[in-house]
Amino acid sequence: MSASGSTTAPDSRADTSAPVLELHDVTVRFGGLTALDSVGLAARPGVVHGVIGPNGAGKTTLFNVACGFVRPTSGTLLHRGAPRARFLPHQLAGLRVARTLQGLGLFDRLTVLDNVMVGADRTARSTFWGGLLSTPGSWRDERAVRDRAMAQLEELGVAQHAGRYPSSLPYPVRKRVALARALVSEPELLLLDEPASGLSSDEMDELAGLVEGLTDRMGVLLVEHHMDLVMRVCDEITVLDFGKVIAHGTPAEVQTDPAVLAAYLGEDVA
Amino acid sequence: MAGVPQRLRTTWREVPLARHLVLAAIGLVLVAFTLPAVGDFRATQLTELAYIALAAAGLTVLTGLNGQLSLGHGALMAVGAYTTALLLDERDAGPPLVLVVLAAVAATLAVGVVVGVAAARLHGPYLAGATLAMAVAVPGIAVHFRDQLGGEQGLRTYTPEIPGWAADAAYYLTGSDPSRSTYVAFLAWATLLLGLVLLANLARSRTGRRWAAVRDDEVAAELAGIHLGRARVSAFAVSAAAAGAAGAMLAIADRNVAPGAFNLNLSMTLVAVVVLGGLGSLTGAIIGAAVLTLLVSFGPGLGRSLGLDDLASEQVAPLVAGLVTVAVILLAPRGLAGIAQGRLAARRARRAYTSAPSSDGGSPPSSSTPAGSGSAGTSTAVSTPTGKGTP
Ligand SMILES: Nc1ncnc2c1ncn2[C@@H]1O[C@H](COP(=O)(O)OP(=O)(O)OP(=O)(O)O)[C@@H](O)[C@H]1O
Ligand SMILES: [Mg+2]
Repeated sequence: MSASGSTTAPDSRADTSAPVLELHDVTVRFGGLTALDSVGLAARPGVVHGVIGPNGAGKTTLFNVACGFVRPTSGTLLHRGAPRARFLPHQLAGLRVARTLQGLGLFDRLTVLDNVMVGADRTARSTFWGGLLSTPGSWRDERAVRDRAMAQLEELGVAQHAGRYPSSLPYPVRKRVALARALVSEPELLLLDEPASGLSSDEMDELAGLVEGLTDRMGVLLVEHHMDLVMRVCDEITVLDFGKVIAHGTPAEVQTDPAVLAAYLGEDVA
Repeated sequence: MAGVPQRLRTTWREVPLARHLVLAAIGLVLVAFTLPAVGDFRATQLTELAYIALAAAGLTVLTGLNGQLSLGHGALMAVGAYTTALLLDERDAGPPLVLVVLAAVAATLAVGVVVGVAAARLHGPYLAGATLAMAVAVPGIAVHFRDQLGGEQGLRTYTPEIPGWAADAAYYLTGSDPSRSTYVAFLAWATLLLGLVLLANLARSRTGRRWAAVRDDEVAAELAGIHLGRARVSAFAVSAAAAGAAGAMLAIADRNVAPGAFNLNLSMTLVAVVVLGGLGSLTGAIIGAAVLTLLVSFGPGLGRSLGLDDLASEQVAPLVAGLVTVAVILLAPRGLAGIAQGRLAARRARRAYTSAPSSDGGSPPSSSTPAGSGSAGTSTAVSTPTGKGTP
């Protein structure tokens, strides 16, 4: 094994900004299966951090741990340096972390605009009672949220679909809507689960440009199978295989790592 | 609406309260002029229509907007009705009616929170089963606490006299003194319209959007920062509050509250009304309630004219209601309001095409999506509550 099966967050880069999210020595077992094995990883602002690995390597499980959907069997999770032993997924937005889902997870019976307005819920201020009585404050807040959602849709070039329902839209448009819903919350860390799946190569180019443009506002954790995209947009890459970190480094380092080559050729790296 | 000033139009679109209040005011005026003209028998029927519609409006918010099924809303109406009866148990000595109704709402809301907490953990058939059990069990409680709740006989409800100003106003409007039935019908309709305004406000607000998000995708809703449990419990509580107000109206209208009124049939009627009207549609709740109350009042007569005996004639209404409900589920899952909305949308689309093809802002008018312009605002398609694991 060439790279460290590292147990702490690697810190090879000269990046001084504190990580938004850290996993230390995280292990997840599902019964007899070890989905994650002493994994360490840090996601920093302004950095696109790729997480790659063969099918079943544990990438989605890693995201689920980061989001509170799966509790690690052992190890610690830190948000902005603070340990989060028992936190729940709905608290994630408040920690300024957003995530897109592999299956999109759009709200099918809400319009595109309403979908994105739900994404902006973290910044909404109107209360239950304000809504019940429809106070001026509540509809001013609604208008502000709507404007922000519209602006986000415009930024991603899908504003013309604001009044449509997701199921009536082509898949690439839906992916953009899902992205808009994540971005509108103004996260400091964005978790993207296979954002390029189902896109044409042109659309993938656009996506790459888009992700690169995000780094002045946030950090990105990117799970992706398309290597050209990963190599183009990522500043650092963590490679998982059978739940273990088998390599970590810059795209150039990872590309030439023998353990990585072996894993991707399907050889057993014992 | 070509001549309407832009500002007024913006207000109409952006301020739900303006929309809902105008509609409710029109409704109230209609009711005020209709009721005195229809006679006591019809007024009593209209009262029943109003409280059924109100309870169904609460249920349609829960089921249509938040995806939680309840087969036990009749039991929640019982909570409101018994609270009312307990507070109005003495002739001429009851607290003001407004306070009585508020107390009924508060009591039902409290029960709704408790049931909602349990319901939030359940899905699909389990939720249906639990709420069904509630529908069956609650009347039994009334029978059990014979001394406090009057057993099978139930409790007598003493409704206050018609207040002087209301009688004067009615006399001024119609030239005759209002009957008790007319007064109660007006109360019930005023309560219904107020309830609809509040529910429509909520449906159009951040809260309604959160409920719908939880209904459509739990994982995505959580990632947006929504607490699933809180969203579900609040939807249940609001829904229960509407049922409580409906129960209060029932108690006042019937002047007697007995367990028999809150049998399974009532709960099932509410479900049928919601399905008929279209899940999530508040206007649909009124339409559905109207259809079902008509059925109930004409069913027995219809049965007898078909040559059935009295016992069989009594079953005509539930039979037809059941069949119509099944037919709506199969043929028009968006309910009667959905059909009307679809017609309207199609006509608008045709007009848009023939007059000014460029005026519809780029979205094809033939889109198969829900029109989403009912008073509840959000869509009206059939909802199937589902559970999801990790993404
Ligand atoms: N909830 C669960 N219960 C049991 N096993 C699970 C669960 N979630 C994931 N696994 C298993 O854990 C391993 C890692 O799964 P994971 O979904 O994280 O892989 P992945 O890297 O995302 O794969 P892919 O590229 O196919 O999406 C797999 O063997 C999977 O079957
Ligand atoms: Mg995966």
